[in-house]
Amino acid sequence: MDPTPRTKQDPRATWANPVDKLAMGEVPAEAININVSGKRLSGPLQGFGQLWQKRYRIRFEDANPTPAEVVSIWKREFGSFWPKGQRFYAPLAEIAPGEVGLINGDVPGRQVLSTGVMVIYADDESFTFMTPEGHIFASWITFAAAREDDVTVASVDVLLRASDPLFEFILMAGGHEREDEHWKATLRNLAARNGATGEPTADRVCVDPKRQWRHAGNIRHNAAIRSGLWMMAHPQRMIRRPKD
Amino acid sequence: MTDTTIDVEFDGASAMLRVRGDVTAASDSAFGDAYTQATAADARALLLDFSDMEYMNSGGIGVLVTTLVRCQRGGQQLLATGLDAHYRQILTLTRLDEAIAVHDTEAAALESVA
Repeated sequence: MDPTPRTKQDPRATWANPVDKLAMGEVPAEAININVSGKRLSGPLQGFGQLWQKRYRIRFEDANPTPAEVVSIWKREFGSFWPKGQRFYAPLAEIAPGEVGLINGDVPGRQVLSTGVMVIYADDESFTFMTPEGHIFASWITFAAAREDDVTVASVDVLLRASDPLFEFILMAGGHEREDEHWKATLRNLAARNGATGEPTADRVCVDPKRQWRHAGNIRHNAAIRSGLWMMAHPQRMIRRPKD
Repeated sequence: MTDTTIDVEFDGASAMLRVRGDVTAASDSAFGDAYTQATAADARALLLDFSDMEYMNSGGIGVLVTTLVRCQRGGQQLLATGLDAHYRQILTLTRLDEAIAVHDTEAAALESVA
């Protein structure tokens, strides 16, 4: 499915302006913001690992919201569709081009991995995130809804490389499957919010099997390592973690 | 939405890919076919001419990445021309300009080909 909206919108209103470094706005007190502000955006060209194209889709079988209605709800309530243990702190405004969102994800050992995303594109029927340096993936992620055979279909399209050798190892050791479960659960929750049911599908294609060794040094930005060091320096945060 | 059409022309070892219409995720096959045509003629450099492009969304940026990967694997250069200021900004935002050389004119692009 093509996440292209049926009606073209002014491209100047749908794309973010270029930024040198990310600036995070105000975040809730319980959120950990240590790997977003001051970081550069990092797409698949800047990543280390193999290049993967992933597509997750769900057909809304027994409800018929328009694609624009689905995406409007998705933008407003984005983090609420994520599975337990993963928290998305949305921008104060709704998801819109140029806005930056913060992610705190639980990892074993009562640790939290802190990272984020920037909204680089948004129209009425789709929006796209790009990740900062240090994120697990150097990627673009497009969320969209469209009509297909008179059925509304929601999709998540990811183009990614693991950011560095450590994250590449984690992806190969089950990380891809965990990511699949994350987005499939998200799509199930989105369908339920729209009064629909359906079973998500996942497709994965390796576009480039080569690793970009010239970007192995990205590990200096690794959000997991930096988050772990930060948690060791702030052990009280390991105890006082927000509830889902 | 307008379908993507790409006409391929040649200048020595360079292929000019004249992109018309909208560039979206649905453009992947048009870009793939144009790449195949250029490669079959042993093109060592591919110049994307966006002068007649009407619109590009984020899905289109993904198509540019897969085209770039094809070129990198084939040892070919990928260049671009005909982008207005807005789409140049988008290539800067997405950091695609670090791998796709953007030129003001076709002549300048062809002159830069190694």
